[in-house]
Amino acid sequence: MPILSYLKALNRALASEMERDPAVCVFGEDIRVAVSNVTTGLVKKFGPERVVDMPISEQAFTSFATGAALAGQRPVIEFQIPSLLFLVFEQIANQAHKFSLMTGGQAKVPVTYLLPSSGSRVGWAGQHSDHPYSLFAHVGIKTVVPATPTDAYGLLVTAIRDDDPVIMFAPAGAVSRREDVDFGQLAPVPLGSGRVHRSGDDVTVVAVGHLVHEAIAVADELAGNISVEVFDPRSLYPFDWAGLTASLERTRRLVVIDDSNRTCGIGAEIIATMVEQMTLAAPPKRVTRPDGAVLPFARSLDLAVQPTRAQLRAAVEEVAK
Amino acid sequence: MSDAAALYRAVRLIRRFEERAIELVRSGVIVGGIHPYIGQEAIAVGFCAALRPGDLITSTHRGHGHVLAKGADPSRMLAELAGRSTGLNRGRGGSMHAADFSIGILGANAIVGAAGAIATGAAWAAQRAGQDKVVVTFFGDGAVSQGVLLETFNLASLWKIPVIFVCENNGFATTMRTEEAVAGSITGRAEAFGIPARTVDGMDPVTVLDAARAAVDLARSGGGPSFVECLTYRFDAHHTWEHAARPRYRTDEEVVAGSTRDPMEIQGSRLPADLRAGIDDEIEILLEEAVRFALESPEPDEHEALDYLYADGMRARAGVA
Repeated sequence: MPILSYLKALNRALASEMERDPAVCVFGEDIRVAVSNVTTGLVKKFGPERVVDMPISEQAFTSFATGAALAGQRPVIEFQIPSLLFLVFEQIANQAHKFSLMTGGQAKVPVTYLLPSSGSRVGWAGQHSDHPYSLFAHVGIKTVVPATPTDAYGLLVTAIRDDDPVIMFAPAGAVSRREDVDFGQLAPVPLGSGRVHRSGDDVTVVAVGHLVHEAIAVADELAGNISVEVFDPRSLYPFDWAGLTASLERTRRLVVIDDSNRTCGIGAEIIATMVEQMTLAAPPKRVTRPDGAVLPFARSLDLAVQPTRAQLRAAVEEVAK
Repeated sequence: MSDAAALYRAVRLIRRFEERAIELVRSGVIVGGIHPYIGQEAIAVGFCAALRPGDLITSTHRGHGHVLAKGADPSRMLAELAGRSTGLNRGRGGSMHAADFSIGILGANAIVGAAGAIATGAAWAAQRAGQDKVVVTFFGDGAVSQGVLLETFNLASLWKIPVIFVCENNGFATTMRTEEAVAGSITGRAEAFGIPARTVDGMDPVTVLDAARAAVDLARSGGGPSFVECLTYRFDAHHTWEHAARPRYRTDEEVVAGSTRDPMEIQGSRLPADLRAGIDDEIEILLEEAVRFALESPEPDEHEALDYLYADGMRARAGVA
């Protein structure tokens, strides 16, 4: 079977949606030359009218996309750096997100915000290494964090077709993934539908984004000793609560690995929701970035504040006791 | 109706609408108060008179005038202010977010300077779709140092987007005087981006209309954006809370002096007395009906508080499990 890389999956999703719907256009910085390797070839195929290189002015072009969406376009914005989201939080959380309700349903804002290589790229220091997906789930932006090339393809297609703003984090730790796929089988992935990568009976590990691969590795390491189920929510908001509940009804033990800062991270929400509705067999555990983390530059320090496979393994063993 | 009579009628409608709305604030029907447009009517009226029905506008927190001038139904507008389900936004927007997409009102926006980028994106989309629409974005002198608006000037000018930036300089950003808040000049900001800019008397509806027609002709003929600073004066409070709080940032004498040139009187004096009286009578009847409509309209059902949160109908989880 042919191999699909994560970035190629994003590129393929963009191209196929642009082919399918002339309202789809892409905004971003340096996207004609595709410095993020996501928009490769698109300007040649669709022209600079639909693949619009933006002057560095993130706040303006984010709301520009909102206006274009109100007038019938379906823009995708690529942001090169996840921390730019702090700069445009007003434009996304306070403008794009609120139009539907505030207008009593008159308006829809079908914009997709795409963050290739979100989270730490190691060595990019304090202002290029954030992973603020929990912040967007918190304010109610539809938020997806695909772990695999096929899910990246399927969720980006869904995001573009959705009538609301959707934000997609494509974690730096996942974009180098490659997968054997049958291109004919690539399909949209609905929002709010999780995926079980490994079935297990003893402990459910909820892993977000690139950390899914760490969770799978831990499940493999512990196989024969502890049976670990790896649950990948894929979409954090909406969240597949029914899917996770079904898993926990069997395992009754929960560990979450989440690349958010600890306070108010999605891991906290996952645990709170589950303990509100069921009695677990052991106290659940979270593996996250520390509270208020700013990623230090030095490689060893950067890695020291990211959730690790070893931490996850220890947490699973603790919860399984 | 002649131009002169139509301009007068629109000014009179806004003036009396605002006066009736202030009464309803005082009687508790309108909660949250309003930002009265009294004194600035000539600007909304002059610009909207230069537009076609298919053209678009964005408005501000002080937005009733723009919305009425563009043609919104005063009854549904007043119902919106009163939070009724028959309101323009079904009671979900209120004074600061009134919108009627069916007649090109992309909404009042409560963040100073935020709507310019949205308006410009909408104008770009219309241009891309081959429509000859023009978009007018209104804002106050308080917006001219907001970064997102300045970034937007750059995009609008670069791509010759058919958007008109209308600055209503009423001398105060809430309580801060323009000369204390604005370095350089207001028009100089637009000119720095290559956008033609002029300053006009914003108290005379005919003067504003002339300036508006020139700007609209330029935009519609492919000449790109322009900027019009309209000098005006806010006769009433920044917001109705001032009626009780009485913040001291301008003297009563200054308010009297600033209100001597009144757009309603300027335009009214151009009409025969009997014609003017007939229009006044018609407006009173219209607003009496609007008040009755608002008061008799039902309040929205509390179970529908989060209807329209998502354009696709997705339901948010409740706040209590």
